[in-house]
Amino acid sequence: MIDPVIASRLQFALTTIVHIIFPVMSMGLAPFLVYFTWKDIRTDEAIYEQLRRFWTKIFAISFVVGTVTGIVLEFEFGTNFAAFSTTAGELFGGPLAVEGMMAFMLEATFLGVFVFGRDRVGDKLYMVSAVAVGLGTWLSAVWILIANSWMQTPRGYELVTENGQTVVHLVDPMAAYLNPRFGYMFVHMQNAAVESVALFMAGVAAYYVFRHHVWGVQIRNVEFWEATLKIALVALLITAPLQVLHGDMYGRHVAETQPQKFAAMEAVWDTESYVPEYIVAVPTSLEDITDPRAKDLFGIGIPGGASWLASGGDPSAEIRGLNSFDTESPPVAIVFWAFRAMVGLGFWFILLAFWGGYRWYTGELFEDGLLHKALMASSLGGIAATELGWIVTEVGRQPWVIQGVMKTSDGVSPGLTGTEAAITLAGFALVYGGLLVLYTYVVVRIIRGGPPSRGELRSVGGQSAESPAGVTGDD
Amino acid sequence: MISASTLADGPLLGLPLPELWFALLFAIFGTFLFLDGFDFGAGAIFATLEDETAREAVLSAIGPFWDGNEVWLVVFGGALFASFPAVYADLFSRHYLLMFAILGALILRGLAPEMYEQRHDEGWQRWWGRSFVAGSVLAPFLLGAFAGNWLVGADRSLTLVGFVVGVTVVLLTVVSGAAFLRLKAGEYLPDAVTAYGVRAVVGYLGAVVVTLALLAVRLPDGIDTLLSPAVVALVVASIGLAAGYAVAMRRGAHLAALAASGGLTYGLVAVVAVVMYPLIDPAVGATVEGSIVSTLPLNLMSIGAAILLPLVVTYFVVLYSAFRGPVEPGEAY
Ligand code: HDD
Ligand code: HEM
Ligand code: HEM
Repeated sequence: MIDPVIASRLQFALTTIVHIIFPVMSMGLAPFLVYFTWKDIRTDEAIYEQLRRFWTKIFAISFVVGTVTGIVLEFEFGTNFAAFSTTAGELFGGPLAVEGMMAFMLEATFLGVFVFGRDRVGDKLYMVSAVAVGLGTWLSAVWILIANSWMQTPRGYELVTENGQTVVHLVDPMAAYLNPRFGYMFVHMQNAAVESVALFMAGVAAYYVFRHHVWGVQIRNVEFWEATLKIALVALLITAPLQVLHGDMYGRHVAETQPQKFAAMEAVWDTESYVPEYIVAVPTSLEDITDPRAKDLFGIGIPGGASWLASGGDPSAEIRGLNSFDTESPPVAIVFWAFRAMVGLGFWFILLAFWGGYRWYTGELFEDGLLHKALMASSLGGIAATELGWIVTEVGRQPWVIQGVMKTSDGVSPGLTGTEAAITLAGFALVYGGLLVLYTYVVVRIIRGGPPSRGELRSVGGQSAESPAGVTGDD
Repeated sequence: MISASTLADGPLLGLPLPELWFALLFAIFGTFLFLDGFDFGAGAIFATLEDETAREAVLSAIGPFWDGNEVWLVVFGGALFASFPAVYADLFSRHYLLMFAILGALILRGLAPEMYEQRHDEGWQRWWGRSFVAGSVLAPFLLGAFAGNWLVGADRSLTLVGFVVGVTVVLLTVVSGAAFLRLKAGEYLPDAVTAYGVRAVVGYLGAVVVTLALLAVRLPDGIDTLLSPAVVALVVASIGLAAGYAVAMRRGAHLAALAASGGLTYGLVAVVAVVMYPLIDPAVGATVEGSIVSTLPLNLMSIGAAILLPLVVTYFVVLYSAFRGPVEPGEAY
C-alpha cells in the first residue's frame, strides 16, 4: 500500500503547484487593473475601458479558481498534516486566520463590486473597489508568506512539552512574523507575479500584433493589442532586471540560513572553497541528470561564482557540502535543476525585455516577427519560473517541514491510512487535471473573444448590454 | 504601551477569552451558514427552474455575493486553526474523506456558475447547471454531516446523526434561499418558489425534532442537556421564527423572511454550541479551556479580530448596499 507520508507530500505538492498559478495571475494583474481603472475614470479614453474590461474577465476567472483551490490547501494542513498543525498551530494558525479576515474578505467583497458593479456605483467607489481588490490579493501574499517564511527560518518561539507532545510556543511575535526570510520572499514573489503577468500579456498581445503586422491578417481591435504589448513591455523592463537582482541577494541569504538547501541548489557534496557557479550546466549522461554533482558536470562555470554568491563577494569562500550534514539530503537533482532553470529563465526574460525595448526605440516593435515569436513562446515562462522557484524552496527544505525543528515525516496526520491518502491523491490528480483544462479553455475563449468593441463601451456613449434602468453611477 | 511580555501575562482585560473564541467560532460558522446558505439554497431551487431567464436571474442574484460569503468558511477554518490548533488538526484529519468530499462539492459549486455563463449551448449549460445544483446541495449536506459528527464525537464515517443534521442544514438553506431569491429576482421566478420556502421551513422543523431526539439518545446526559433552559428557549424561538417566516413569505415581506431565516440559522448553530460546551472536541473529550492556544497568541488574535471584524462587516455593508434591490438577469461587467 502507498505510504501516507509520500501520498500526503505528493498531494500537497500537486495542490499547491496548481493553486499558485491563479494567485500569480491575480496578484500580477492587480496593479495593471488599478492603473487601467484609474486611467479609464480619469481620461474616459476608450482604450482604457477596453483594457480594464478585458483583463478584469481574466482576473475574475483566475480568482474563482484560486478560491476553490485555496480552500483545499487550508484544509490540507488539518487533514494531512495534523501533527504539524498541532505542533506549529500556535504560530502558523494566526497568520492564516488574519489572512482570511484581513485579505480574503477585502478581496472577495470588493471583487463583487469591481466585477459586477460598474453601472451601479459611482466612479469613486469603483476606484476604491479596484484598489481594495488589488490590496487584498497582495495582503494575502503577506500573510501566507509570513507563515511559509517562518517554516524556512523559524524565530521567536520556544519548544514546550505538553501532554507528552512537543509543541511550538510563540514568545516573540515580531521576531517570528518578521523573520529574516520574509522580506526576501515577499519582494521576490510579488515581483515574480507582476513579471509573470507582464510576460503573459506580452505573449498574447504579440500573437495578434504578429498576425496583423507580419502576416497581414486583418485583426479587430489591433490598437488594443498594440497598447497591451507596450504596457506589458514597460512592466517587463522594470521587473525582469529587479527579479535577478534580488534573486541574487536572496540566494546569499539562503546560503546563510539554510546551508543544506544551498548545497543542494549547487550540488556540492564535499565542503570546498572556490566553488564555481554553473550558469549553463550540460548533462553528459543520464547520471548527471538524476544525480548531479557540481564537480563532475560539464558546463560553463564562473570560477568561484557559487562561493561568491554564497558569501556576497568572496570567490574563495567555503561552501559546506551535503556530506557534512547529519540529516539526509533533499532530493538534489530536483533542487539543482529547478534552480538552474529558474535562473536561466530570469536572464532570458531580461534579454527579452531589452530586445523589445530596443525595437520599440528603433520603431520596429510591431515588425520584428522573431521578437513576437519569442514573446509568444515565453508567455507562460514567468509562471514556469515561479513554479520552479517554489520547488527549490520547498523541496530544498526537505527533510524538514520546519527547518531544524520538525521533520516532514513527523508532521503527517498520525491516523491517516495509505488507502485514504491514495484515494484523495488520485481524486485530485483527476479533478485538478480537469480544472486546468477548463481554466485554459475559458482563458483562451476570453482571449479569442477579444476586448469589447467600441460600440459596447460606456466611454464612447454606448450602453453596456444590460444596464439596469434607474441606476445612477455615471456621474 | 502593551508589550509582548504584558500580553503573555494573562488574558486581555481579564476577559474569558477561551469562551469568547468558542462563541466567536460558532458565530463565524453561523454567518457562513446563513450567507452562503442562501447561495446554496438558490442553487437547490435552480434545479426546479426550466425557464432560461429564471435561471439567469438566479445566477445574477448570487453572482456578486457568493465569493465573499464563502470566505466566512475560510475564516472559520483559519480561526479554528489559530485558536484551537489541536482541535482543528484532530477534527479535520479524523474526517479525512468527508473533508475532501466537502471540498469537492465547494469546487463544483464555485466553478459551475462561472462555467455556465461561458457558453450558451444546451449541452454545456445542462451539464454545468446540474453541477451547480449538485454542489449546492452536497456542500451544505456534508457540512451538516461534519457538524453532526463533531457534536457527537463520531469517527470517520457518515453516521445517522450526521445524515440527519445534513438534511436539516440542506432544508435550512432552501428556506433562506427562497427568501433571498424572492427578494433579489422575484419578478423572474415562478410563484412556486414561495411555496418551496414554506414547505422547507416545515420540513426543517421536523428535521430539528428528529435531530434532537437522536441527540437525546446518543449523548451522555442527552435528555438533561436538551431540557436545559438555553436549548428550550432556542427551540421555542425557532418555532416562532419559522412561523414568522411562513407568514412573511406569503405576505411578500421577503426581507423579513430572510431575516427570520437568518435567525433560524444562528439558532441552530447556537443549539450545537450550547450542547457541546464545555467540550470542543467531544470525540477525544477535549475541553475549551484545555485546548485554547497559549495566552500571548490568544491576546494577539483577539486584538486582531477586534480590529478586523468590524472592518469586514463594513465591507459587507458596502457590497450589499451597492447591489441592493432586484437584479437583472445577465447583469455583469
Ligand atoms: C518570474 C519568476 C522568477 C524568476 C525569473 C526568478 N525567480 Fe527566484 N523565485 C521565484 C520566482 C522567480 C519564486 C516566486 O518562485 C520564489 C519561490 C519562493 C519565493 O519567495 O520566490 C523563488 C525563489 C528563489 C530563491 C529561494 C529559494 C529558497 O527559498 O530556497 C532564490 C535563491 C532565488 N529565487 C533566486 C533567483 C535568482 C538568482 C534568479 C535569477 C537570476 C531568480 N531567482 C529568478
Ligand atoms: C504556492 C506556492 C507553493 C508551492 C508551489 C509549494 C510547493 C510545495 C511542494 C512541491 C511541496 C512538497 C515538498 C516535498 O515534500 O518534497 C510542498 C510541501 C509543503 N508546503 Fe509548500 N509550496 C508553496 C507554498 C507554500 C506555503 C505558502 C506554505 C505555508 C503557508 C507551504 C507549506 C507547505 C507544507 C506544510 C508542506 C508539506 C510538508 C513538506 O513536504 O515539507 N507551501 N510545497
Ligand atoms: C500553501 C499555502 C497556501 C494556502 C493554505 C492558501 C490558502 C488560500 C485560500 C484558503 C484561498 C481562498 C480565499 C478565498 O476564499 O477568497 C486562497 C486564495 C489566494 N491565495 Fe492562497 N494559499 C496558499 C499559497 C499561496 C501563495 C504562496 C500565495 C501567493 C504568494 C497565495 C495567494 C493567494 C491569493 C492572492 C488568493 C486569492 C485568490 C486568487 O487571487 O486566486 N496563496 N489561498
